[in-house]
Amino acid sequence: MISGEDGARADLDLVTLIVACADPPLSATPEQTALLRLCTAPLSVAELSAYLNLPYSVMTVLLTELLAADLVQARAPIARQSIADRTLLEAVMHGLQKL
Amino acid sequence: MDFKSSDTIPGPRTEDHLPHTAQAAVKIVIVGGFGVGKTTMVGSVSEIKPLTTEETMTQAGIGVDDNYGSDTKTATTVAMDFGRISITDQLVLYLFGTPGQERFWFLWNGLFEGALGAVVLIDTRRLEVSFDVIGRLEERGVPFVVAVNSFPDAPRYPMADLRAALDLPEEIPIVECDARRRASSRDTLMTLMRFLHSLAMTGALT
Ligand SMILES: Nc1nc2c(ncn2[C@@H]2O[C@H](COP(=O)(O)OP(=O)(O)O)[C@@H](O)[C@H]2O)c(=O)[nH]1
Ligand SMILES: [Mg+2]
Repeated sequence: MISGEDGARADLDLVTLIVACADPPLSATPEQTALLRLCTAPLSVAELSAYLNLPYSVMTVLLTELLAADLVQARAPIARQSIADRTLLEAVMHGLQKL
Repeated sequence: MDFKSSDTIPGPRTEDHLPHTAQAAVKIVIVGGFGVGKTTMVGSVSEIKPLTTEETMTQAGIGVDDNYGSDTKTATTVAMDFGRISITDQLVLYLFGTPGQERFWFLWNGLFEGALGAVVLIDTRRLEVSFDVIGRLEERGVPFVVAVNSFPDAPRYPMADLRAALDLPEEIPIVECDARRRASSRDTLMTLMRFLHSLAMTGALT
């Protein structure tokens, strides 16, 4: 039921936030089940890789399958833009000042 | 890798969960040679205990020529420590401490390209490592600041001398820091943010 092996890798970044949108189906592999249990709250691809102790590239393959099966949702990161978003930079500065 | 029971998979502590409102993340890269204090800096400002993401690289895949002619492929595991700072309920900042060698950077797609900017961490006992890093970041158009991590037994130079030694353009900030101290690491990140902000104001980000 879940594929993605043959197709292109999903466009994921280390800091793409992943959220499970379904319980693990009965057909899920142990890796998929573990991943789905981990990201009931948003978690970055990097954190998933760390907690599951899987190399980043293996993580992206696993996530590509789960995205194709609509079992997880991906929230894309904000990358540096050619015209930098000042509001974003100010928000980050404000957040750092609270540290 | 065995997944006998998913109960044994460690995950974030309940208090480390991001809120469901978290919509997007940004990242900053801390780059420097081995032992320069990258993990220390990540740990001193992170709200979670630093984590590690790994990637395996076979020498055959990177076009190195040092074992040209030999068919032994050696696999290297490259690790990056990272931490997290929640900025708002919607926005999260991640900090990655990455090795200075460029051949490792591509293992994590878009590591630098997608980052807001970078902090080049420097140990004055081993300045030579930094030349390469600074050159590569300039080539890639990644905005960065330089932070000199002050080890007690390291020679101390006036900032102007370091700037000259590193051939650092006048507009790029260079600051001293103590990566072990949260306030000092935070100030270093603030220096980067103010620099990015000034670039945005002058439209210098291209
Ligand atoms: N005196 C001093 N020691 C530091 C500082 N930052 C890191 N260290 C120490 O230097 C060693 C290497 O630091 P680490 O963060 O692991 O370096 P990394 O390889 O760049 O991640 C550790 O023993 C740290 O405790 C600093 O600002 N001052
Ligand atoms: Mg380290």
